[in-house]
This record gives sequence, C-alpha cells and structure tokens, in this order.
Amino acid sequence: MTVYAAPGQPGSPVRYQDRYDHWIGGESVPPAKGQYFENPTPVTGRTFCEIARGTAEDVEKALDAAHGAAPAWGRTSAAERANILNRIADRMEANLETLAIAETWENGKPVRETLAADLPLAIDHFRYFAGAIRAQEGSLSELDDDTVAYHFHEPLGVVGQIIPWNFPILMATWKLAPALAAGNAVVLKPAEQTPASIHYLMSLVGDLLPPGVVNIVNGFGVEAGKPLASSSRVAKVAFTGETTTGRLIMQYASEHIKPVTLELGGKSPNIFFDDVSASRDDFHDKALEGFTMFALNQGEVCTCPSRALIQQGHYRDFLDAAIERTRAIVQGNPLDTGTMVGAQASNDQLEKILSYLDIGRQEGASVLTGGERADLPGELAGGYYVQPTIFEGNNAMRVFQEEIFGPVVSVAPFADFADAIKIANDTLYGLGAGVWTRDLNTAYRAGRAIQAGRVWTNCYHAYPAHAAFGGYKSSGIGRENHKMMLDHYQQTKNLLVSYSPKAIGLF
Amino acid sequence: MASRVDITPAAAGVLRSLRGTHGPLMFHQSGGCCDGSSPMCFPEGEFRTGSSDVLLARLEVDGVEEPVTFWMSAEQFERWRHTHLTVDVVPGRGSGFSLEAPEGVRFLIRSRLLSAEERAALDG
Repeated sequence: MTVYAAPGQPGSPVRYQDRYDHWIGGESVPPAKGQYFENPTPVTGRTFCEIARGTAEDVEKALDAAHGAAPAWGRTSAAERANILNRIADRMEANLETLAIAETWENGKPVRETLAADLPLAIDHFRYFAGAIRAQEGSLSELDDDTVAYHFHEPLGVVGQIIPWNFPILMATWKLAPALAAGNAVVLKPAEQTPASIHYLMSLVGDLLPPGVVNIVNGFGVEAGKPLASSSRVAKVAFTGETTTGRLIMQYASEHIKPVTLELGGKSPNIFFDDVSASRDDFHDKALEGFTMFALNQGEVCTCPSRALIQQGHYRDFLDAAIERTRAIVQGNPLDTGTMVGAQASNDQLEKILSYLDIGRQEGASVLTGGERADLPGELAGGYYVQPTIFEGNNAMRVFQEEIFGPVVSVAPFADFADAIKIANDTLYGLGAGVWTRDLNTAYRAGRAIQAGRVWTNCYHAYPAHAAFGGYKSSGIGRENHKMMLDHYQQTKNLLVSYSPKAIGLF
Repeated sequence: MASRVDITPAAAGVLRSLRGTHGPLMFHQSGGCCDGSSPMCFPEGEFRTGSSDVLLARLEVDGVEEPVTFWMSAEQFERWRHTHLTVDVVPGRGSGFSLEAPEGVRFLIRSRLLSAEERAALDG
C-alpha cells in the first residue's frame, strides 16, 4: 500500500498552481471582471487554489477563439486529428500517476480508482476516437445511371460542453474526444465543484492542440454555464447533470434550433436472481462485489446501482453476505491506495445525502449498516465522508426513487421474473441496470425487458469505449462512449450530383 | 393550514437577497444526478413550466413582494406527494444554473412525511 503525499506537500509529484485563469486561445486569460473563487479539496475541506469566476464576457472571448480556430481545425485531415488525439493519450499515459493524484485531490475519490479506472479509461477514450475517425467513411447512393448522392460528414463548428464533477477528467474526455475527432472546436465549462484538474491536464497536453481548438471557461453555472448554453454561437450543447438544468438547456437550444445531448442520471436497479446463490463459488463472490458497487466513487455515479432487487428465495442469505461485504469496505484517506471509499465531492453533496438518510428512516426503511456521516480523524475531519449505507424498504419510498448520489443502496425483495421487471422499470429513469443470474436465457430476457440504455449482465460499472452509454426515459438523449457519438458532433452534407448533360424537359 | 412546502428563515434570507439582485423568483425541484434532487432557483419565468409540471406552493417570504413559486415535474411529484418539503440552505458550491451558488450557499430540501390529516386536506 502507498499513501501519496498531498499535492503541494514535500514528496508529492503534483503541484497545483495557486490560481487558475481561463484557458482561451491556447493561453491563460484572466477573468474580465477580475474575480476568483476558492476551490477546496473534499479530502480535508481546505482551499488549495483559486479559480477564475467567469462571466458572459469570458464566454464570448472563448467563443471568439473557438470560431477563429474551428475552420482550419475542421479542414485538418482525419489522420492528423487522430495523431493529435493519440499524442494526448500518450502524454496522459506518461503522466498517469500524477494525473490520478491530482484528480483524487480535486474530487475526493480514492486514488486506487483514479489509477485503475478514471485515467486509463480517459487515455483509451482518446485512442478509441482517434481510431474511429480514421475508420469513418461517408457514403454514396447510386440513384440511377446518371445521378449519385454523396454523403459527407462535416463538423458542426463550435460546440459547448458542460462537465459534471463526479469524474472531472474522464467526463471531459467523453465529450472532448468525439468532438475533436469530428473536427469541432470546443468551449468547455468544468463543474464549479471540480474546476482545477482539467487545467492540470491542459498544463500537460495543451501544447499538442492548435490554439483555440479547446477553450476552458470556469465559473458558476448561472454566470458562465448559462451564457454558454444559451449562446447563438454554439452549434450544439452537450451536458451531463440533472433534469431541471437539462430541460433548461433544451429550452435555450430551442431558441436557436440547436441540438443537445443530455445525460441526466438514473436510479439503476441491480437484480440478483435466486440462482446466484446456487453455489458459493467465484460467481457468487463476483455478484457480491457487484452489489457493493453502489459504493464505487462514493456513489457519485449516474449509474450507481442504488436499488438492489434480490429474489426472495435467497434474499436473507444473499443480503447477509452483502452486508458483510459492505462492512468490509475500507474508508479513509483518498490518497491511500488501500482506501476503497473516499470523500463526497462537496459539502452540499454531503448535506443532501444526510437529508436522504433522514427521510429514508422517516419513511420506515431499515438501516442495515451505515446510515451516518463518517467521522475520520486528524486532517480528514474537515472532509466530507459518509458511511456506506444499506437501506431495506420498498420501491415506493423516496430513497428508492430519487438519485441520492451517495454511497447508499436501497434493497427490496422480488418474487419472480415479472415482479423483478415491474419493480426495475418503476422509476422515472433509465440509464443503467444490472442483471445477475447463471441462466443466460433469464439474463437475456431481463436485459431486453429493462427500460434502460445500458444493462450490465453479470458485471457492473464497466465503462469501456466502444460500448454505447446513454439513457432511456428521463435519463437523457444521446449515446456517448461509442463511435455513434460522432454523429452527435457532425452534420451530413449531401451532394446530389447529376452526370447527365440532358435537360429534364419540364421547362 | 396544511402546506406542501415551507422555507427556513435562513433560506428566506437568501431569497430576499436574490430578489434584490434578480427580481421575482421561482423554484423548480430537480431530479437525477450530480446537482439533482435539489431545488433550483431561477428568475421567475426563466424556466418554462408546462403541462408536465405541478405548482406545489406560492411561498410567502417576508420582505419579498410577490410569492416565490415552487414547481416540480408532475411525474416526480407523484413519487414525492406523500412528503412535506422544507427549503433550507447550506454552505455549498455548485447547483446547475441556480442563482444562489455564486453566494457560496446551496438550497437544499429537507423532508418529512405528511400526516394523514395533512394528506386529506391537500389531496382532497
């Protein structure tokens, strides 16, 4: 086990700047109004840098830079764009450890996750879209002997992207890689809770991109996000967040007749059929780990398996084993590679989770383990920690219906296949789901019957590039993580060409 | 009289301040991830409500001329209607496009179960 020194401390390979301006046109640009806000680490609750508090003036400046860069970038060959994405991936790979530490300090998530998941996935994502754009082809339709329809992929131009705080670098990468591969210039607004790590990334890879192709404007949603989302100068807005802001972004987009892609969260069911417990073997162990995945990233995942549905035949045995597995979670210093659960990303997130622990109890859900804020010693006492918590109740309770975005799972039994699907689909959302069974016919039928964009089958929380990710129902519009995302960043140019010298004869 | 939504004195203080800066205000209760499950505060009319929304309350706030409307999507309300909501405020950071975030605070919902009498009065 390794405990990394905190960034900026002796022995740490990571040093954040004391202050970050915007990144516009390939250089640091101070905010027009000269204001900054403090950025605390959730690990200790203490401020570690200041961030530019952007406003509409800064967004306009970034849009100017993006519009200046977009035409040339859009004409760059796919091979050259792919090379640049691959170089970004190589540079990130060479700096994987420092990026992982920086991300952990920014977000509060355990460094074992950033080392093993966030950064390796982000690196692979750039490489995937480098490959996808090289392999993409237009099409042609031979309409008759003299007439051909050619279909070209053209970039949209300048796009706006608003990034969430739960995987700051990885979620930025999910949006940047396809947009850049497709030939767009980007104005990106990081979440105000996690505004710094993307600047740390740009300090490593910024020189690889032509100035103005990627521009980062920091600030609060209402002051910087809204001017970006409502601008007539962006051809598309991509947003990951929640339903009200998602609707508001669609409303702004409707004013300019612009498309949006939205990823708005979920309340994902994780279904364990009786046959999971037919044997105490590796598969049973894997299923228990799959249950415990609700605590991954402190539950701050849009696809958190926050509703565990366990068939009644093995309900008590499986749940007892799951409680034991949950109690074995190691919570502590996120910079310790032995830590499995770190800090919630912000104080307001901590408060919201505690409010749900309260209403869950009031509604009569039983707390099987956890249920409280975690008090950690020393420097960590000021951080935002919550005990991994298992509620037992029924699907009508608020803790079964609303995304808590914390390490909290709500457990209920089900009788049979039909009951499982009914409960699983009794939700406003449809982003992710899990199905666990040794019977592949059951697995297939359940996967098809669940109204969600991603059904993990005998696995959970895997996010490889080349597997489409996106929501049914209120969970959003669009599919990230797959080459089909290129379509969301391109428009089709049709050349309808006649090779006949003859008039049609109408006039 | 039974109500679905109340507001704490601290949250009312923040609303008074926001009213001075931004004019009449509204809430729309968010669902879903990241900053979701939180009340979003906008200038009245900024968020276009429609047939998919329910008006839960017109909050009277001392020092604020007009009521502050509190909305929720109808399908979310069906799953929340058995609970009473109190708008509170905590130190915080981000919140979609909600107005209070730059002030270093975040509106937050605290909930309790409605009593049988309250439900009878409210649901008719």
